[in-house]
Amino acid sequence: MAVIVDNDTKLVVQGITGYQGTYHSKAMRDFGTKVVAGTSPGKGGEKVNDIPVYESVAEAIQNEGANTSCIFVPAPFCKDAALEAIDAGIGTIVIITEHLPVLDAIHLVAVARSRGVTVLGPNCPGIASPGKAKVGILPNKIFKQGNIGVVSKSGTLTYEIVNAITEHKLGQSTCVGIGGDRVSGMSFIDVLERFQSDRQTKQIVLVGEIGGTAEEEAAEFIKKNVDKPVVAYIAGRTAPPGKRMGHAGAIIARGRGTAESKIKALEAAGLKVAKIPTDVPELLR
Amino acid sequence: MKLFEYKAKEILKKHGIPVPVGFVVSRPDEIRSISGPVMVKAQVLIGGWGKAGGIKPAEDVEQARRVASGIIGMSIRGYIAKEVLVERRLDVAKELYLGITIDRSRRSLVIMASPDGGMDIENVPENRILIEPVDPLIGYSPYIGRRVAAFVGVKKEQASQVANICRRMCELVMTEDAELAEINPLVITRDGKVVAGDAKVTIDSDALFRHREYDSLAEDLTPLEEKAKKLDIAFVQLEGNIGVIANGAGLTMATLDSINMFGGKAGVFLDLGGTDDPKKVKDAMLLMREAKPKVVLINIFGGITKCDTVAKGVLEAIEGQARKFPIVVRIKGVNEDIARGMLKDAGMILASGLSEAAELASKESLKVV
Repeated sequence: MAVIVDNDTKLVVQGITGYQGTYHSKAMRDFGTKVVAGTSPGKGGEKVNDIPVYESVAEAIQNEGANTSCIFVPAPFCKDAALEAIDAGIGTIVIITEHLPVLDAIHLVAVARSRGVTVLGPNCPGIASPGKAKVGILPNKIFKQGNIGVVSKSGTLTYEIVNAITEHKLGQSTCVGIGGDRVSGMSFIDVLERFQSDRQTKQIVLVGEIGGTAEEEAAEFIKKNVDKPVVAYIAGRTAPPGKRMGHAGAIIARGRGTAESKIKALEAAGLKVAKIPTDVPELLR
Repeated sequence: MKLFEYKAKEILKKHGIPVPVGFVVSRPDEIRSISGPVMVKAQVLIGGWGKAGGIKPAEDVEQARRVASGIIGMSIRGYIAKEVLVERRLDVAKELYLGITIDRSRRSLVIMASPDGGMDIENVPENRILIEPVDPLIGYSPYIGRRVAAFVGVKKEQASQVANICRRMCELVMTEDAELAEINPLVITRDGKVVAGDAKVTIDSDALFRHREYDSLAEDLTPLEEKAKKLDIAFVQLEGNIGVIANGAGLTMATLDSINMFGGKAGVFLDLGGTDDPKKVKDAMLLMREAKPKVVLINIFGGITKCDTVAKGVLEAIEGQARKFPIVVRIKGVNEDIARGMLKDAGMILASGLSEAAELASKESLKVV
């Protein structure tokens, strides 16, 4: 099994002619993803890495049967790209673009949810189901097929932890980066729900960070709905209040969103919480 | 991007929300005439100024100048009041609270309102605060304003004013790309008018590309933070003495946490983000040098960022300069072998994993020189 992306994924890369789109369409194909099309307005008819480029997502669906999209277009055009994909009938959208205005995120996520479309991101590294498909920018080399589901707000920190898991001879079912912005499509809870019902996933790793209350809500959900073992790590134990730590979401504001509050909630839900990321594999079994 | 009160009030006024008549000055002698009693208010971006003596009343021009000269140049927690807002004093009958912000869990804007204005909203009991989400697919509609007015419990004549202000605040947030707009207190005057006593507006910095009018506005940053912003580097100054450079916010925070486990303390948080440009790495390293750390820890997990690019930038930054601090490097990902070779030759301390790097950097930071 695996969740969200697998052997049935047929990917269209929106913004394929840009540097990132070109580089990662090849990396995704090398991973095993069926990259069937790209879009770039004004460049329809061209090819990138032998992948046909279309003017619109609708054409990519019509001609190549695309069902999933990965968005690399710059922030000012990102909302339009996502709405185009939703309107054309794409079922899963992964938004890599960072610095998307929060009102744009609110709008596109609301539209997607009302149409039953799955959105990952914005500002996320994407998703990988080892042995099946990858949609996003996660490095190909760190994965190993297995039965651990990883869900994370972070990018490179996810690589760090996935790499540590692989070095411990354990593998992953699917790794999902939900993104670190204040408003995102899939939440921890949405992904946990999928892992709970996925037969391949036997254990879950949850990687959170300071800011917001998503980890506390996840803890509450796990207590009631998840019987698979969950190991967590929360970044930002030593971050000071009031300072934004890189991610738009990573700020301890008005006493809310501290690492202590998250760790306490997760431990109360019966999870093992690693103190530093490299401790995660030892807590798995 | 937080705006000063006077700027926030200009925006409120532009959107038709009543604010007291006033003007902003940077020198006391710029106060030439006032009509009746005023308040003189320090313009700074952090709270607690009223208590620190940053807000004072004055009855005439002479007194206003005296008060202003006492406030301009005042410093609290490193932030200096460069300007004061001089505005007509309101004859307060009642103080309300009205704010709009982003609710992450609901993935929408929410309006917050309370009949208990004038104090920190954090200290208002929950049952005295209305939280009214604005459904993104419905948008603002007058029923929301009616609910808010009913909750804060004002007289009929003021209810329509409150509802009106509520609608205009929503319009403000949507058209200006504000992530926070807050009026505290929203004053009901003795003659029955509803006026914004104070105002806070924060513009979403990710939306500035479509709001060039805010380009000229200064933010309250330390000089180094200002430089970092120009370079598009996330840079935060902290209390300790280890300068941390990593790629990605989560990984940078995790590096800070790991250092802490080994007794070290981070002095700089520098998130390179994803980059494949040695120049950016070089600029980051030069910036780090200016922050005068005792030790630098570089932790890179390359995906978009290639390891040899980072090594090249680091070496360019230290080339020909007397090095005053040891550099511990953990570097992993594309082309890591090339990078490790380059850095080792330059005399840097190489670590294979995150824990080892954190331990080495902490030890170096605790050494008595």
